[in-house]
Amino acid sequence: MTPQSNFMILAPVNPQREGELRHLLASMNDAPGRVRADNGLIPFGKFDGLHFARFVILDDQTLDDVGLHNGEPVPIYPLYLAFIGDIDGDADAFLEELVTLAANGLRSIFSCCADFTADTDLAGWLRQHGTPPVAAYVNWPGRTVRRVREEAALRIALESFVDGSSSTLRGMSPREIHSKLRRFINAEKSAGRITLSGDDSTPPAWRIRNVLHLVGVPLLLLLALPLLIVIAPIVLVRLRQLEKTDPELTWRVNPAHSDGLARLEDHDVTNQFTAMGSLKPGVVRLLTVIGVLGTVDYAARHIVRPGRLGRIRTIHFARWVFLDRRKRMVFFSNYDGTVDSYMDDFINKTGFGLNAVFSNGIGYPRTNWLVRDGCADEQKYKEFLRRHTLPTQVWYKAYPGLTAIDLERNGRIRQGLESSSMGEQETREWIALL
Amino acid sequence: MDRSPMTRSELDYGDVQGLVRFGYGKMKAASYVLLRVKNPAAGRSWLRKATVTSAVAMDPPPSTAMQVAFTAAGLDALGVAPSVLAGFSAEFLAGMTEASRSRRLGDVGCNAPSRWEWGHSTGMPHLVVMFFAEQGGLDALVQSVAGDVWSDAFEELRWLGTADLDGIEPFGFVDGISQPRIDWEQRRDVTGAMNEYSNVVALGEVLLGYRNEYDKYTDRPLVDVDSSSAGLLSAEDAPGKKDVGRNGTYLVMRDLRQDVRSFWQFIYDQVGGDVAEADKLASAFVGRTKAGDPLVPIQQQAIPGIGPDPGQIRRDQFTFDQDATGVRCPFGAHVRRANPRNTDFHGRQTGLGRLVAALGFGSNAFRDDLMSSVRFHRIVRRGREYGGGLSPADAQRRASPNDPELGLHFICLNANIARQFEFLQNAWMMSTKFSGLTGESDPLLGNREPLPGYPVTADFMAPVENGLRRRVSGLPQFVTVRGGAYFFLPSLRAVRYFGGGG
Repeated sequence: MTPQSNFMILAPVNPQREGELRHLLASMNDAPGRVRADNGLIPFGKFDGLHFARFVILDDQTLDDVGLHNGEPVPIYPLYLAFIGDIDGDADAFLEELVTLAANGLRSIFSCCADFTADTDLAGWLRQHGTPPVAAYVNWPGRTVRRVREEAALRIALESFVDGSSSTLRGMSPREIHSKLRRFINAEKSAGRITLSGDDSTPPAWRIRNVLHLVGVPLLLLLALPLLIVIAPIVLVRLRQLEKTDPELTWRVNPAHSDGLARLEDHDVTNQFTAMGSLKPGVVRLLTVIGVLGTVDYAARHIVRPGRLGRIRTIHFARWVFLDRRKRMVFFSNYDGTVDSYMDDFINKTGFGLNAVFSNGIGYPRTNWLVRDGCADEQKYKEFLRRHTLPTQVWYKAYPGLTAIDLERNGRIRQGLESSSMGEQETREWIALL
Repeated sequence: MDRSPMTRSELDYGDVQGLVRFGYGKMKAASYVLLRVKNPAAGRSWLRKATVTSAVAMDPPPSTAMQVAFTAAGLDALGVAPSVLAGFSAEFLAGMTEASRSRRLGDVGCNAPSRWEWGHSTGMPHLVVMFFAEQGGLDALVQSVAGDVWSDAFEELRWLGTADLDGIEPFGFVDGISQPRIDWEQRRDVTGAMNEYSNVVALGEVLLGYRNEYDKYTDRPLVDVDSSSAGLLSAEDAPGKKDVGRNGTYLVMRDLRQDVRSFWQFIYDQVGGDVAEADKLASAFVGRTKAGDPLVPIQQQAIPGIGPDPGQIRRDQFTFDQDATGVRCPFGAHVRRANPRNTDFHGRQTGLGRLVAALGFGSNAFRDDLMSSVRFHRIVRRGREYGGGLSPADAQRRASPNDPELGLHFICLNANIARQFEFLQNAWMMSTKFSGLTGESDPLLGNREPLPGYPVTADFMAPVENGLRRRVSGLPQFVTVRGGAYFFLPSLRAVRYFGGGG
């Protein structure tokens, strides 16, 4: 299989050129929230392995909360530009392709950053500004953009065939229908109208790294177990004290901010989400968030079932990134539906996970032993999250109109089509997918 | 005297507008007037004296009723302080026609607010006064209410008449069957996950000032005690504050024009003119027969909030658990979208099973756990039809030049517009991706607007056999939005408060 990876280029914006940068980014869109895939700066549509990409200016509007949390002066951070993408295969190879196909656009954009000059080596600069996530989630490891598109075409071909021959099919048994559809697709393949590429072989280096990670992390934990046994109760007790007194900063979001976000949303069945905030100070909170995100990352890589993050089936790609020496955190995701349904989903289905991660951020609704309460205070949580959400200036998705569920269905259709071992009931369920 | 914050005080029906509790079904005549405030002082004076009908059950029941609700612009026009207004929900304040909201609600294309007859820009009402009377009593009621002060205070923007179609909506189906039962006594315990479908909703899902399905109080304006607010009730969750929202609710009104001719003509075209097949396809669209019977069998096990009335049991004591493949009632049928009758945990797990499901290792079925739990998305419907009926046979004839417009003044009540009405409308009605479907929105309400990258939105999948589906393509838009607004339906005390009467 071709594993998915991600990149994030993070660079401080030259304050004198912020306006110019915003203008440039806006020029990549047909309208706010609607990118032009073949825009003149970064022609996203030309990159075969690019699932999602975005440019976002990390302009945190909630910095004052730090002062309210612990009474200390509000820290000053640079204003960053983040360029992130989720891709098939190796990130270095993708960045090379990027430099080949979009050097001028990248130069125009990044020349608005503090340390970029006309004679900067672009490829070297991009590598140097790469920022890895603490945790990342891929909805369906191994599902490439190519596969998404091939399977979408497969579904359309099958459906129109079924529509066109419904009277013949109606009298047939499920298995007969299955083999008839298979014959039809084989003919389409021979005629070159349908392509169903096989999986590329898994890169050996990735496979080795993955196994090392799978085994290594538990091993390290095992080695550290004596230490953990000593530390964990202390952290827990201290955490419980902290969460009783940490202030909730969950007032109503400014309507202008919220309206500005809404203008960028719901142009496709999928939406982008970028939220950032400051982490609560102190080593206990830091250890907690590292522990929780480490667990999320490990589970996402090795444990969770494809297509599901807990009970949530609407997230395509997501990641958490630390900024400014772990003082701040940004969360990026690509999810299906509106932001309200997204938040409802989280509250109702994965509230415990949400609390465990985000309650380490300043102002989060009060939790109870890390995982309880918190976001169960639905309205406070929604105000909190909306306040911390940032407008994403440019957002690209390779397969507009398709949700993660669509992709899963199309994948199941293909899998069933190619299977020769389905029983009667299974075949019937497979046909029902069409 | 303030009550302690956590007591669940008894509800004062005398403070709640009657529409929350009653549909006023016996009052066959109804008319709603959309008003703009011409003279705020006169408007306030009318409010102070207005005899708004309460939710107190009377024996014999009253023969007339009057209700009043306000838009945000209306409260502003009446002089309600900005600091008080700011306590209302963002959806209410922004209004139904804000551009990003229109995109979410499907109010684009033919449904776009710029084409509405009322509810946008200069057509934005400040308040709606709703009159209900027994047949023949409406004029007298209106005359008794709309006197000199009224004419001084308000400009009449539009009268929305209704028609008594005997409980049948214009397409020919029994309407208004499924309603949540409001937990007036506040006995519902929502502290844990709900494993069984219930038709009961927490009082706070409908009335502000009480606990909702999250066991929390929905945000609403709370004000300091002073001479103007002295007449209001205190907030249960904020002792020392007066609760402007308490016993009030948000009223969503949408003027939905129904193209009955197009509906039946399309259906008859699809089935080649066969009457029984036409009824079958129309029932598949709706998810009920014309008589209102569900397409799935009713269950033996009682559902809280349904019954003991045998008629209600016959029509409403069911879930879709027995129809997991959508063979009886299509996934995309109107009633299945409007109320999927699901629970917090699909499959009713407890203990370890629930943990396994929570971590994503439960059922691996394609349609498993796709929908949000319905208890957070219920609305109380109080709509009325307008324009009269048109039988399927008549609907197939060519329209006369003065064909009357038919439709529904959709009205629903909810405490949280974003989580209840808007969620339902967006994620369940207009979404072409509801419940694992793709390429079809609600067969009745859908606007059929193409999606970027996915132009097919006008299909309907009716399952047949062997897993095969029958695809109905090219559904026209049967329902067009012609107006709408978000109103606040205040308590009787708050009506007087807005009137400046303290």
